Amino acid sequence: MPEVQVRKKLMMVEEIFHEGGPISIKPLCRAAALAVIRNPFAGRYVEDIAGFMDDLKPLGLEMAKFLIAALSGDPKKVEGFGKGAIVGSAGELEHGALWHVPGGYAMRQLLGDAKAIVASTKKVGGPGTRLDVPITHINASYVRSHFDAIEVGVTDAPRSDEIVLALVMTSGPRIHARVGGLKASEIKGEDGLR
Amino acid sequence: MKARIRKLVTFLEETREEMGRSINPPTQRVAAVAIIENPYAGKYAEDLSELIAIGEELGELLTQRAVAALGVSETAIESYGKAAAVGENGEIEHAAAILHPKLGAAVRKVLGKGAALIPSSKKRGGMGVVLDVPLGHKDAAYVRSHFDGMEVRINDAPRANEIMVAIAVTDSGRPLARVGGLVKDQIKGEDGLR
Repeated sequence: MPEVQVRKKLMMVEEIFHEGGPISIKPLCRAAALAVIRNPFAGRYVEDIAGFMDDLKPLGLEMAKFLIAALSGDPKKVEGFGKGAIVGSAGELEHGALWHVPGGYAMRQLLGDAKAIVASTKKVGGPGTRLDVPITHINASYVRSHFDAIEVGVTDAPRSDEIVLALVMTSGPRIHARVGGLKASEIKGEDGLR
Repeated sequence: MKARIRKLVTFLEETREEMGRSINPPTQRVAAVAIIENPYAGKYAEDLSELIAIGEELGELLTQRAVAALGVSETAIESYGKAAAVGENGEIEHAAAILHPKLGAAVRKVLGKGAALIPSSKKRGGMGVVLDVPLGHKDAAYVRSHFDGMEVRINDAPRANEIMVAIAVTDSGRPLARVGGLVKDQIKGEDGLR
């Protein structure tokens, strides 16, 4: 399979202190790592693409490590995650699906065998396309306070023969979470759901 | 802290390749952004001194965060820029009060130097407005390789009563600069121009 060619990377870190309510002593941190890579399958139909998932593994780990570092450096302080991809116009949606395994498993591995499925989204689009990357709790998908999303995008990417790959992590619940449901303190953390 | 900060966001961009050519070392640029409450939203105030003080405070805070995100020493910063977007209940003069009287001196205090004018832009807009932060060499405004701009956008800011303030710094010029003009090795760095 072809080598992974990275044109650029974009990192974003948000620290949220309040959203109109009381100022939190501990701000909510949300971070996103984006990599703009060349799409080796752009412009034609290629049947056998799955091998590229292995090639993407080192990049997934690099991005996940950056996110953990951005949220204090302690993997135990990461509570939410998500992933996504934007495929340039000469590619197909299926190329974005190549990111599920290397992106998701890189985060789970570094977060100590996180149990929950990594929420994800993907689309085909032009440069500057925005993507709302969904976020859920890393060990129990039903934790309501951790349902969130981060909007990401890169002004000049993806070009037609590129893919923007995204991983996101958060340090906790929404800043003024108060709509009930399963709490992070109540989860069993066995089946990835509750 | 005079400013009531809702959130702080940092964008770090690293370009490794352009038009198939490797950029080694990669060019890096950072924008550090604060979303603050506009103390003068919805009313005309003759005296904008509160925002002037906030500008000084944010000049230091955002420059420190931007330099830290680049992971280099203050002396390695080559270009800079600043910008503000005022929410719909504010006026453009509010952006001017933050950016022009005192913010620059605070930026230069962190960087140790900065003979050149800090290029700036401002606008009024709704949430998700795009801010193009102009960039220029910090010691000699005529260094052509460092004329650039960085786009910043935050989907949920500025709200009507908020102001979004951005400071951008780089450790380099454009990725493949080749249109001549004054180069950084030739500058005197005294008058801020050459």
